[in-house]
Amino acid sequence: MLPADPERAHRGNSLTLDTLAENDGSTHLLEVRNLATRFATADGYVQAVDGVSFHIDEGEILGLVGESGCGKSVTSLSVMRLIPTPTGEITDGQVLFEGTDLQQISEREMRSVRGGSIGMIFQEPMTSLNPVLTIGRQITEAFEIHLDLKGSAARNRAVEILNRVGFPDPSRRFDDYPHQLSGGQRQRAMIAMAISCNPRLLIADEATTALDVTIQAQILELLQSLCDEFKMALLIITHNLGVVARYAQRVAVMYAGKIIESGTADEIYAAPQHPYTKGLLASVPRLDASARDRLTSIEGEIPDLADLPAGCAFEPRCRWAVDRCRVESPVQVPVRPSQGRGAAGTDHQVACWESENIDAGTDLERQLS
Amino acid sequence: MTTPLAGHDSANSGDGGVDTKTNTTLSVHDLKVHFPLSTGFLIRRQTGAVKAVDGVSFDIAPGETLGLVGESGSGKTTTGRAILQLQRPTSGSVQFRGVELTAISAKEIRPFRSEMQIIFQDPYGSLNPRMNAGQIIGEPLTVHGLAGDKTQRLDRVAELLERVGLNPAMMGRYPHEFSGGQRQRIGIARALAVEPSFIVCDEPVSALDVSIQAQILNLLTELQAEFNISYLFIAHDLSVVRHISDRVAVMYLGKIMELASSADLYENPTHPYTRALMSAVPIPDPVLERQRERIVLDGDIPSPINPPSGCVFRTRCPIATEECAEVVPELIDRGNGHQVACIKV
Repeated sequence: MLPADPERAHRGNSLTLDTLAENDGSTHLLEVRNLATRFATADGYVQAVDGVSFHIDEGEILGLVGESGCGKSVTSLSVMRLIPTPTGEITDGQVLFEGTDLQQISEREMRSVRGGSIGMIFQEPMTSLNPVLTIGRQITEAFEIHLDLKGSAARNRAVEILNRVGFPDPSRRFDDYPHQLSGGQRQRAMIAMAISCNPRLLIADEATTALDVTIQAQILELLQSLCDEFKMALLIITHNLGVVARYAQRVAVMYAGKIIESGTADEIYAAPQHPYTKGLLASVPRLDASARDRLTSIEGEIPDLADLPAGCAFEPRCRWAVDRCRVESPVQVPVRPSQGRGAAGTDHQVACWESENIDAGTDLERQLS
Repeated sequence: MTTPLAGHDSANSGDGGVDTKTNTTLSVHDLKVHFPLSTGFLIRRQTGAVKAVDGVSFDIAPGETLGLVGESGSGKTTTGRAILQLQRPTSGSVQFRGVELTAISAKEIRPFRSEMQIIFQDPYGSLNPRMNAGQIIGEPLTVHGLAGDKTQRLDRVAELLERVGLNPAMMGRYPHEFSGGQRQRIGIARALAVEPSFIVCDEPVSALDVSIQAQILNLLTELQAEFNISYLFIAHDLSVVRHISDRVAVMYLGKIMELASSADLYENPTHPYTRALMSAVPIPDPVLERQRERIVLDGDIPSPINPPSGCVFRTRCPIATEECAEVVPELIDRGNGHQVACIKV
């Protein structure tokens, strides 16, 4: 099933992206450049996403990690142009998808991208599925819109996809309503909808967070196999550092609206450079760690986005902060090969003024403990 | 598993051996909680039962933490509530310091309520929004007559706030003025107020961000060492449970599948369910992850209304045979207190 035809999709839709493509020099499937999104609140503007840049290539899995309120979901909603207006507003940046800036195209063109070449799955399948339509109807609706496929042809294809995502007894469950399904089955139905039009990119926003671990493993293994088979790119947005370590090739860590560190998964986990990344990794209890070691917690609380410190947003919680951190916001710079264990020529980047000075310290700590 | 979960610092002795103390804080034997299902409008007939907890037995020693892990619907929360008699069990025995709690009335249990406390998952839903922090923490003191006069009570509340890492000056604030982590600290201070010897911690950190989660886990560990409190630590996160527990019980569909010391269970998981559960938990280390065996279970947890015959796990078990449909496996000690309920391993 799912023909892996790169030219595919949008049949019957005269407005294909190819006709609009004014290649903007991006060689990546998706490239986000300097994205900024803010929300108007009673206390003034809240800059939820503040100059975020990242890219994903075909068939690649990128993990976007961070804690609540760091802006990871707003980033994905900005990519899809789903920021609620008028309170929310994308103020800066480009979102280049297959060379086309999604910020520049019309709403009608954007609709053919959503659910067409970019699919998205959310954390809560119950609120994202329409309760008064059957699962089957919700999937075939996408076929009508994006593929011009109707009737029994649409039904057959939907059953095929439901079968593919591990849905039990798909031809019968096709006519079930969302409330008749378990949480894992609903999430599978959501994935079936999202992949039904062979997206080039799938955004999974905390898609498995509410599921039990055995079901989470089923779903993530399925998504990974789709990436391997159809060269689909996957953006995993999660707070779970384990999930990212298992599935992602590259990682971007967000804190208070900014990406503070990015690189390959091996680099980030073996040699984290930013104090926040270090702290996050040290504070997670590990399945393979003996009990009762005191966890190294990050002191303090996640900052209020409406009231951020002047310099680095992590400075109030940072043990290594110096005067410069309090006044000047750090910029992302490549990690020098000598600093981490990463080889030269990788794209390991960190936004910290002091990262070169603190690494020696933590290595010493690790040896001592 | 091909790559055993050998701790990277297994020299740490904290995982604890099997408890050999004869004194137990809590002893649970063959606990069952069945919720009746009935049909009919005027004449109600019982047509079945949801077997939320179906024959659970374990002991907890003073100052010990027993972790209770399982997926949603495994009956772990109901077990905790049945121990505290917040939900009266259908059958079985719950002995707290030698007193059979199932045999006494709600009024007779009241003195024991100051001994047994609970910390809830949802720090938003479990604090009264109309009471300030001081009133929330002070209320159990008044209820159990431990308050003394007003000054004494305020002093005690201030002391408790300080002990859980909050500024006593925050006493007058209301729950909505606190962050999630701070609210959980208030919930802990409230449980601590009556100096309990046993606390049921029901998913106390699962609603918190990882950096905050570590703060709360550290606090719970410190308090246990300081006051010699026993914990029943209920959670779905196996990594968190390993971190905090001396012994761990794995539940599935109302039954315990495996129970062992933390070190034993995680380094030598024996039951096929425990093995699958552990392989499903990713470890934040990409290099290690590439070498790990992944056991992916098919399907969902069956309904507790109509659990499978024989072993309840057999419908998803990779090694089940026909025999598993007939025999209900008993939880048998395989030595060193490592108990497993499986006829195949």
